[in-house]
Amino acid sequence: MHRRTLLAAGGLAAPLVMQHAALGADPIKVVGIHDASGGLDIYGKPMIACLDFAVEEINAAGGLIGRPLAVTNYDPQSNIQLYTQFATQAATKDKAAVVHAGITSASREAIRPVLKRYNTLYFYNTQYEGGVCDRNAFCTGSTPAQNVSRLVPHVMKKWGKKVYILAADYNYGQITSKWVTKFTRENGGEVVGLDFFPLDVTNFGPAIQKIQAAKPDIVMSVLVGGAHISFYRQWAAAGMKSRIPMVSTTLGGGNESLVLSPEEGDGIICAFSYFQEVDTPANKAFLAKFKAKLGASTPYLGGELAMRSYVGVNLWAEGVRRAKSIDRMKVIEALESGVSFAGPPGLTTLDPKTHHTTVDVFIAEVKNKGFQVLETFPQSPPSDTQSVCDLQKEPNASKQVVVDIKT
Amino acid sequence: MDAILATGIQALTGIASLLLVSLGLAIVFGMMRVINLAHGEFLMLGAYSAILAVEAGVNLWVAMLVVAPVCVGLLGAVVERLVIRRLYGRMVDTMLATWGLSLALIGAVTMAFGNSVAGFSAPLGSVQIGAYSTSGYGLFLIGATVVLLLAVWMVLRFTPVGLIARGTMQNAGMAAALGVPTERVYALSFAAGAAVSGLAGALMAPFSGVVPTMGTAYIAKCFITVITGGAAMLAGTATAAGLLGSVNTIGTFAFTPVLGEVLMLGVAIVLLRLLPQGITGRFFRRAL
Repeated sequence: MHRRTLLAAGGLAAPLVMQHAALGADPIKVVGIHDASGGLDIYGKPMIACLDFAVEEINAAGGLIGRPLAVTNYDPQSNIQLYTQFATQAATKDKAAVVHAGITSASREAIRPVLKRYNTLYFYNTQYEGGVCDRNAFCTGSTPAQNVSRLVPHVMKKWGKKVYILAADYNYGQITSKWVTKFTRENGGEVVGLDFFPLDVTNFGPAIQKIQAAKPDIVMSVLVGGAHISFYRQWAAAGMKSRIPMVSTTLGGGNESLVLSPEEGDGIICAFSYFQEVDTPANKAFLAKFKAKLGASTPYLGGELAMRSYVGVNLWAEGVRRAKSIDRMKVIEALESGVSFAGPPGLTTLDPKTHHTTVDVFIAEVKNKGFQVLETFPQSPPSDTQSVCDLQKEPNASKQVVVDIKT
Repeated sequence: MDAILATGIQALTGIASLLLVSLGLAIVFGMMRVINLAHGEFLMLGAYSAILAVEAGVNLWVAMLVVAPVCVGLLGAVVERLVIRRLYGRMVDTMLATWGLSLALIGAVTMAFGNSVAGFSAPLGSVQIGAYSTSGYGLFLIGATVVLLLAVWMVLRFTPVGLIARGTMQNAGMAAALGVPTERVYALSFAAGAAVSGLAGALMAPFSGVVPTMGTAYIAKCFITVITGGAAMLAGTATAAGLLGSVNTIGTFAFTPVLGEVLMLGVAIVLLRLLPQGITGRFFRRAL
């Protein structure tokens, strides 16, 4: 596997290096670690495509500080152990200038300490449960104060006050379900049930029965990965879809909306800081270029995960341009000077205190294997992490603060 | 009332799934004493054959009920001829060989179809039970399991083929002395076990995602069910599946899916401590 990835990466990098031979400079090493296989490949494959695309764009524009970028993608195969292995390799062997990596929060927490220890700059580019406070890490996706806080009142206004939560059984699901509980209560609602499922669970029969017994107005899915897609299938097969409406903090992060048939998926409401269907000139221009580059193998981008990888690379690039160096501390300081990137999802601004981002948030509904954007909330700050983390006061912090929610 | 009925159906679905995935192993291990560690991969191949057939435009029911068992049955015949036949009576060697086979099959399928999740939606829509609605496919699964169990039982109990098979398993030497081609009986039994596994894998496919490694999720449960069942292949597997499946479902309802699995394994361990020969070591000893 390893050798194959290297060969592929070498093959990819070779023409870039030749193209910029005139610059006569060593390429800057960018490493990506995302699952291209296994249960999480539905998220990983589009993320890799967007990462590669961002790097190619930068190279086509002449690279960074006179040097081309060379990207190496590792496939940890949805296996946490391989994440730490590849992160170590990226830091020690590849001597990467930056590592863009991680999909699940479990994988992020596996590699974040490794990259911190080896002083290798780290970008985590997906929506997650918030609270990471680490000067070496930049989290460019949206967090519950940005997405769940919009999603919950939106659907409660529409459908009612009783919410039943189904969540994946690891840090993302555990913490996000707390956020859902918090926002439900703040809006005068009630959580009537909460179930956790390991990532490999495929039989949701008993859960569907329990939901029917609890008679909620809304089902909130915080389920993650390929195995959990069978929940949406079984939910529709049990005839429940027309009876209890569903919301999700995760659906659409990958290609779920494509895998599900319209009968199974239509009407599910989600919130992300990007949807492929976002109707702006910048997004249209991006999609046209993206499609022209990738042709028939263009992945569907769905929610924000893939787009945030594109934004993450561009934010990092802006930091390097400002620092005029790839030295880690210089880049971090440059990124903390108030970097922003106006891209397909709108304006993304890095918050110097938390290393999180202020983004536009969209609420959308699954429709005919895609999404239809219903509402936009421009420039939402990462207020959850901001309430617990200040890296300017505590530059040596390396933790994930779990926001205390009274349950 | 509705709630009890709905929960009952859910428990029956749990039992049926357990019985379904274990039946092929019961034939191979219970009858022939061959420890087939590639059993999970036979299930996986059944699911993949059904998916491929559906994608090629074959009717869903034909794909699940005909294509999958035929494909995996044929594969079973080949495996028996090439591997298992050389290792009868050498239990540890068989384990090693079939474990290798299991790894090779996972690797081959990963190479051919990629390590990603495939699947198709459950047919048959939903069924209303009072205030509850449940998937019609779950009910079909229960029915299919009962029919399959009855079919295997009737073949073994009432047909000359079944009589010869049972005789060969009891005393191969004597059967051979009476002119039974025991080698062919073994080969057919193994292929039949594989076919049943393929059918089970295809029937489970709409419920679970289909990945090359899906067999590993089932193999432990299958062995526990068959071993807890004990010597009487069909009665044992059926009672063990009934017991363990109910414990699992009740645990899932009362607590969480994780605790449901833990409780099931706990019950299996306690049972084997009390009844080391399995359930049918003490009860239903004369059953099949």
